[in-house]
Amino acid sequence: MSEAPQTEPRTDAAPRGASDPPVPPAGRAHATARPMRPSMALLRKDLLLERRTPEAVPAMLLFSVTTFVLFHFGLGRDEVSGQLAAGVLMVTLLFAAILGINRLFVSEQEEGGFDGVLLAPIDRTALFVAKAAALFLFLTLVEVVTVSAFAILLLGPSPWPALPGLAVVLALLNLALAVVGTLVSALAIRTRARDLIVPIVALPMLVPALIAAARAAAPLLAARGAGALPTKWLAVLALYDLVFGLLAYAVFDFLLED
Amino acid sequence: MDAPAAIELRGVARRYGERHALFDVSVEVPTGQTLVVFGPNGAGKSTLLRVLATLLRPHGGEARVLGEPLPEREWAVRGRVGLLAHESLLYRDLSARENLRFHARLHRVGEARVEELLERMRLAGRADDPVRTLSRGLLQRVAVCRAVLHDPPLLLLDEPRANLDPAAAELIEPLIGRASGRTRVVTSHDPAGGLAEADLALGLRDGRVALSAPAGEVDAAAVEELYR
Repeated sequence: MSEAPQTEPRTDAAPRGASDPPVPPAGRAHATARPMRPSMALLRKDLLLERRTPEAVPAMLLFSVTTFVLFHFGLGRDEVSGQLAAGVLMVTLLFAAILGINRLFVSEQEEGGFDGVLLAPIDRTALFVAKAAALFLFLTLVEVVTVSAFAILLLGPSPWPALPGLAVVLALLNLALAVVGTLVSALAIRTRARDLIVPIVALPMLVPALIAAARAAAPLLAARGAGALPTKWLAVLALYDLVFGLLAYAVFDFLLED
Repeated sequence: MDAPAAIELRGVARRYGERHALFDVSVEVPTGQTLVVFGPNGAGKSTLLRVLATLLRPHGGEARVLGEPLPEREWAVRGRVGLLAHESLLYRDLSARENLRFHARLHRVGEARVEELLERMRLAGRADDPVRTLSRGLLQRVAVCRAVLHDPPLLLLDEPRANLDPAAAELIEPLIGRASGRTRVVTSHDPAGGLAEADLALGLRDGRVALSAPAGEVDAAAVEELYR
């Protein structure tokens, strides 16, 4: 009978630092031949949920475009370029990302889905990887539209020459937002004041990334035409990603402790 | 020879802030037996299940589940328990089939098992509807599927028959009832029904053990006394 108790102990997913090495599952009555990586399963679930009931992406999109309209009228200028353009673009994306970060773990809260994931024999870092990847993809999708809107509503110089360099800067910024955003969202998920904690904690942490991204993008958006990518600021942004990526990897398990 | 204990608790405590949700709880459940936990609302029943499921860490005492000490080797317990809680642990906007496939992937269980359970729970006709559209009874049946998807040797069941009509209660019996042969910890507010399925009875009041005995030695009146 398939419901007979399983006598074989399952120790197939030790956390990092556990003294015993992971043991492959054995004697499983229903084991699948080609298991999907837990992080992929979690990411697929998040993408499916966002496709089924779009929340984060439309909110970030609407916020970004509305902010550009506000800047357009608030600055009283038809065109911006250089450092100002880079600052407007990066700050808008940063605030838009806060909306996505706030929604990142919401689906896990409803009906206790979070507990269902925590009960699975998976390394909890898989949850971090999946959530960060989902946020990265959402931000990339948002930027495809918002950078176009920025170019139409505010940007003076032609955006085309700047696009390859801008794509690199935005990819590194997205990585920073995804890593720090996932970390802060996991920190805030069990608190009642989640909506307050995310911006209060995330924004100061993201200041170095914002400065580096804005400085790196400024020459690309210069009035006289796209200049060279400043490698110094790109390196700062990449270093930020690396440091916070390692930090998140080290502490994410502890954030999920009760 | 006695069966080895699936659960051993010695003086376990758990606090929420300053309030003790569990205090000095000791109980031993041999493998394959059923412990039924009684107690009024707020007595600590759900907290006890969450400690056993490794979702909450004990703040005192010694806890051993399936031979593994908690919290030191809690990762070795995860994946070997099936928890049926008050919440369904399902994603409301995914269908029953999508939810179960998702959990099957996390537990490295084949999709054939998902289809088998949907059939057994007579859910195949609603398997592709978002679970937020299901009635509480149907939702509970999906939650039962999720809890036993990976054939766990230990089941933690928080009022498992709540919201179920008699036919549905009968349907889940082979999966989570005594006939499943698994070690079970079941919370209940039904003294007669609970004692009928129990090998051991535990009564909690204000987080403390008020009753602990083999079920055969406990009468329903003693359980009812817990609620007064």
